[in-house]
Amino acid sequence: MAAVGSAEAAVRARGVSRPWRFLAGVFLVAALLIGLGVGPVDIGVSAIVESALSHLPFLHVHSPLSSLDEAVLWQIRAPRVVLAAIVGGMLAIAGSSYQGVFHNPLADPYLLGVAAGAGLGATLAIAYGHVGHSGQLLPLSAFVGGLAAVGATYVLGRSAGSVRVVGSFVLAGVTVTLFLTAIQTFVQQQHSNTLRDVYAWILGGFSTANWSQVEVAAPYVALSSIAILLHRRMLDVLSVGDEEATSLGVNVPRLRLVLVIAATAGTAAAVSVSGLIAFVGIIVPHTIRLLVSTSYRAVVPLSFVVGAGFLVLADVLARTIVSPAELPIGVVTAFFGAPFFAVVLRSARTMR
Amino acid sequence: MLRRSLVLVAALAALFVPLAAAKPNAASFPVTIHAANGDVVIKSRPTRIVSLSPTGTEDLFAVGAGSQVIAVDNDSNYPKNAPHTTLSGYTPNVEAIAGYNPDLVVVSNDIGGVVESLQSLHVTVLLEPAADTIAQAYDEIRQLGTATGHQAQSTKVVTGMETALTKILRSVPKSNRHLTVYDELDPTYYSATSSTFIGRIFKLFGFKNIADAADTTHSGYPQLNAEYIVTSNPAIVVLADTVCCGQSAATVAARPGWGGISAVKHKRVVAVNDDVASRWGPRIVDFARAIAAVARKQ
Repeated sequence: MAAVGSAEAAVRARGVSRPWRFLAGVFLVAALLIGLGVGPVDIGVSAIVESALSHLPFLHVHSPLSSLDEAVLWQIRAPRVVLAAIVGGMLAIAGSSYQGVFHNPLADPYLLGVAAGAGLGATLAIAYGHVGHSGQLLPLSAFVGGLAAVGATYVLGRSAGSVRVVGSFVLAGVTVTLFLTAIQTFVQQQHSNTLRDVYAWILGGFSTANWSQVEVAAPYVALSSIAILLHRRMLDVLSVGDEEATSLGVNVPRLRLVLVIAATAGTAAAVSVSGLIAFVGIIVPHTIRLLVSTSYRAVVPLSFVVGAGFLVLADVLARTIVSPAELPIGVVTAFFGAPFFAVVLRSARTMR
Repeated sequence: MLRRSLVLVAALAALFVPLAAAKPNAASFPVTIHAANGDVVIKSRPTRIVSLSPTGTEDLFAVGAGSQVIAVDNDSNYPKNAPHTTLSGYTPNVEAIAGYNPDLVVVSNDIGGVVESLQSLHVTVLLEPAADTIAQAYDEIRQLGTATGHQAQSTKVVTGMETALTKILRSVPKSNRHLTVYDELDPTYYSATSSTFIGRIFKLFGFKNIADAADTTHSGYPQLNAEYIVTSNPAIVVLADTVCCGQSAATVAARPGWGGISAVKHKRVVAVNDDVASRWGPRIVDFARAIAAVARKQ
């Protein structure tokens, strides 16, 4: 363990500097306030502040809003902002973790088949459960499907041998994804009346967000984010290579398993309440790598904060660009994410 | 479109007068149908009809051609006694369709060039696409009646629908003809504007459709924002997602923030069968009747 200590000391110098931490925090707070203040229904900033104060005990502030506007603000808009924040944070921190665990800059939270498994689970629930989007069966089914898919990938990847562990996990993920996607397409084709529901779920979004979804997702997101945060130094050690990390006394297979479980459980919970939202898990960690530091001590915590703010802002665009209609949030994140990712790819090429 | 069909009707009428005079009760073939895939000549009374269109199936049975139908697609779930098969209207398999040796195939979508493929096998195909207007829905019923030798009954079906709709509209008092309506297609708040087929039925009543303001892209089916729906305070909520997604007046009332809207408070949330609310066949009368039942409430 002393060896690990010295490795940690070697990377400690590259931790998060204070201005960046401050900036990321300001970004998130600003995003949350914009999210709460902007929407198709115009509620003035001062009215929102007074309404918020009226909910605090002992202040005796009277809310200036009608009961309808109160409901719009606190039952429809506020849970939407909070849910976007925890999903965005989760996807970004899970993406950063996967990228570290698999030494792969292209890894995203869906690498090991979470998306395909959750997609199949959701499709089965819509086709056979007749539940729609508000029932409890759909998120549960998506959650279980996501976990089962990554479980299958893990077993398959391990059985492929230990010579090139990382590559075999990624290939196993691709195999499981293709297989499950085939089943999903078959089920959809057999139940063509479910096409639009499945399509809407796959595009993802927060149009029906409510507090109970926040309550469902928050515990998983909290636990898995904390688990990943606690291992951020280990991710730095792992980044020098599997063999080198092993020689420094790190139990690499165990570390990989713990991080995969943590990232997967959180991602599956996020996906189950929001559908599939692309690019957050890739562009946010890479932005931080490019701007701040490549050390996971910076990338992991800042990914959560910036990812949360990014998705809240993306959702603001999703519900205001064509207001009072909605855009699927996956369109917004990918529209901004894809060009950015092209830049990341180019810079990655020149760095090598 | 209308003028063309009028000319066609006149032409057809001229064609039929001498024939009808000669054989007053028998249907006459060959007939030419002006369908969406052009003028289709039907040489003799079809007896092996395959329908890949759920609405087409409903139309065929309504005009009395049910006994001539030998296979319907997997989404044709009405009427119950239709000969259900695993044929798909979304991913049509030309070989499987041809396997039934049909003398007439009715489709609502030309997916994957199915119309041309079937025609190259010398199978007669009628393309009867989703209607945009009620007049077009009537036209399709008449076309299918004429094509199957049930012209008189198809005219009777259409006249019956017109009479029923007029009666239903009159049953709603004038004071309630300007209510606002929100038509829900799925629980993520996709809705239908006044320019869609189903929206035109609301328009007949005179209702104000809250989806109209949201249709910036003129798709007819925008996804509405929850805040917007709640603050629009619709007087009528029509649920077309009851079968697919288990929605009901109770689930709407239980949605956070929805309890205060007018439709919930005055019990004007109407749950309709998804199929009835999405097809353009004879059951649009049932749809209008369900809407009128809540719209009459004071």
